[in-house]
Amino acid sequence: MADVQVYKRTPAEQQLAQRRSKKAMRDQVMMFSLMIFLTLVSFSMVVAYEAGVAGFSKYLIIPMVMLFAAVQVGLQLYYFMHMSEKGHGIPQMFMYTGALLGFLIPLTFVTIVWW
Amino acid sequence: MSSVAQKKGFGATLWDWLTTVDHKKIGILYFLGGGFFFVVGGIEAMLIRWQLHKPNNDFVSAGLFNDLITMHGTTMIFLAAMPILFGFMNAIVPLQIGARDVAFPFINSLGFWMFFFGGLFLNLSWFFQQVPDAGWTSYASLSIASEGHGVDFYAIGLQIAGGGTLMAGINFLVTIINMRAPGMTYMRMPLFTWTTFVASAMILFAFPPLTVGLFFLTFDRMFGGNFFDHTMGGNTIIWEHIFWIFGHPEVYILILPAFGIFSEIFSTFSRKRLFGYPSMVFATVLIGFLGFMVWAHHMFTVGLGPTANAIFAVATMAIAVPTGVKIFNWLLTMWGGSIRVTTPMLYALGFIPSFVMGGVTGVMQGAAPLDYQLHDSYFIVAHFHYVIVGGVVLGILAATHYWWPKMFGTLLDEALGKVTFWFFFIGFHMTFLIQHWLGFWGMPRRVWTFMDGQGWNSANLISTIGAFLMAIGVIVLVYNVIITSVKNVKVANDPWGDGRTLEWAIESPPIYYNFPATPLVRGLDTVWIEKMEGNETGLTPAEPIKDIHMPNGSIIPILMSFGLFIAGFGAMFRTEESWGLPVLIFGLLWTFVAMAARSLQDDTGYYVKKDEILRDLKRKGGQK
Repeated sequence: MADVQVYKRTPAEQQLAQRRSKKAMRDQVMMFSLMIFLTLVSFSMVVAYEAGVAGFSKYLIIPMVMLFAAVQVGLQLYYFMHMSEKGHGIPQMFMYTGALLGFLIPLTFVTIVWW
Repeated sequence: MSSVAQKKGFGATLWDWLTTVDHKKIGILYFLGGGFFFVVGGIEAMLIRWQLHKPNNDFVSAGLFNDLITMHGTTMIFLAAMPILFGFMNAIVPLQIGARDVAFPFINSLGFWMFFFGGLFLNLSWFFQQVPDAGWTSYASLSIASEGHGVDFYAIGLQIAGGGTLMAGINFLVTIINMRAPGMTYMRMPLFTWTTFVASAMILFAFPPLTVGLFFLTFDRMFGGNFFDHTMGGNTIIWEHIFWIFGHPEVYILILPAFGIFSEIFSTFSRKRLFGYPSMVFATVLIGFLGFMVWAHHMFTVGLGPTANAIFAVATMAIAVPTGVKIFNWLLTMWGGSIRVTTPMLYALGFIPSFVMGGVTGVMQGAAPLDYQLHDSYFIVAHFHYVIVGGVVLGILAATHYWWPKMFGTLLDEALGKVTFWFFFIGFHMTFLIQHWLGFWGMPRRVWTFMDGQGWNSANLISTIGAFLMAIGVIVLVYNVIITSVKNVKVANDPWGDGRTLEWAIESPPIYYNFPATPLVRGLDTVWIEKMEGNETGLTPAEPIKDIHMPNGSIIPILMSFGLFIAGFGAMFRTEESWGLPVLIFGLLWTFVAMAARSLQDDTGYYVKKDEILRDLKRKGGQK
């Protein structure tokens, strides 16, 4: 086996690392609560629609739920899967390229190929 | 494990090759596997041309002719061109970026064996006398109606081989992103590495549609699906879309590595930095992206309507721009260079006019109104052979000569190489140039025979003679390979004398851990920079010599692939034989057990000791 190198952090580095992990933990908890909140709102809207509460029409709820879903996907990727951190440029590029192709090709079908 | 050459028995050598995860050996396996299928596809081509050399010929039956054209196309694209290019990528790309292996050596081996068993499955159709006969595009109405198991062999065989390709593509992406040597920024990567990178990204996005399409086809034919059956609410045109959403990127997946090969050759043998390197990179990426936006130009006559046809026509023509950028960059690389016309350079010089002709006819077909005239005629056959043979195959032959020393440690005979080139080049133009006119004169593609008195006789005869000249060229190449291997004269690190990239700074073939110490990359063409500054080794190490972590070989990839191979037969005979379903389940179980064995074993590889590396270096005459 290769020699195992032990690296000892300086107190300053240790402090910085602690501050960073505290901030990361706070962000995680905040985002987690936000996501739970968005999920609750989505469910409540559907329940309100089912119950026939005035003002909750299908045309309001469907776009809203879709929007919340998109936000949740973003939060999931950027916070819980750590895409907001450094060194994720290439995965982001590939994901966005894939999403762009996955959007453009069906768009082609529904705009110029089938109609 | 010692690196000192030891005499090994046949069994041990065979076991070594079956279990290898070394990228150089897998490269050679890909090269040999692809070379074998290239010869098979070539023989099919010869039979096709012999059938067509005179009117009303009955050398083969109409059914056999359909088998031959289908298998020729499928074999050449999926089992010859792609694997041979993967062979070069495997053998060269890790060396060019200063890596010791690819990112996932195990998956690399799995990718090869899946290609091998997929190709074997497809070609076993000849022994079952039920051969795919719906064309290499296998359009749904025809392929659903095709009797016997022919198209089943196509769907399952390509599914297995395609899985291997997808793995190889992902592997190269990860390798190039993560395993570049210190200093090897993206804009210092050799162009062959860049084109491999873009081609791998295209594989990542293009092969899933093929997988889906082939599954639909498999389900329609073997499991009672109705995806393409319009009487049951399916859509037969959707196969064409799915196939070409994969198929058009596929042709760029083939041509981009060839572009990379020629970029290396032009710059090496003009003894100049590649002209316009950033624009070459940009053009490569742009071609890669636009390649996904033009699939419907294969379907102008389907009846998509003028809007779709117009948009796809314009998008198609846009691709000519980055391709033109590349052509001019190659010309300007040669401009003012100190050119040496070696065999690889000869291929590169022959490539430019040949490929431009193929590209120009491509733009002609991209004009939708004209395509109504050209569709399904011999003009199309001429066009795609001009781009595939004039681009990809010339690239493969050039790379065979160029990198042979790096892969096998010997230099192919230059005189014989030039003989190969001239036979192949003249034969190629003789075969396919005349086919443009055959198309204009109304000869449809994929016809079994033609009648006398239509003015097609002499043109077809010329075409057939050309095909046989190409065959002579390939036979000379095989002879060249054999005598070079028999003579076995080992060459030094850089037998061409003008190497610019990292692979030329290490011995031919490289030792199994490639680099004793990871090199430091100081710019584009780093070896050239070092040599110009008087460092004869061409390398500056980035780290001291220390223990190297290496992966262990494994037999599991071959077992996993073999399970899928067995399952394929089970799926095919499921409805008509009582053993079908059990065999299908057995094959899949076999694969899952192999996967579980891999997941549960704790294989962390081994270390090459520092002492051993120092011993190797001393044996080679010390590190300068």
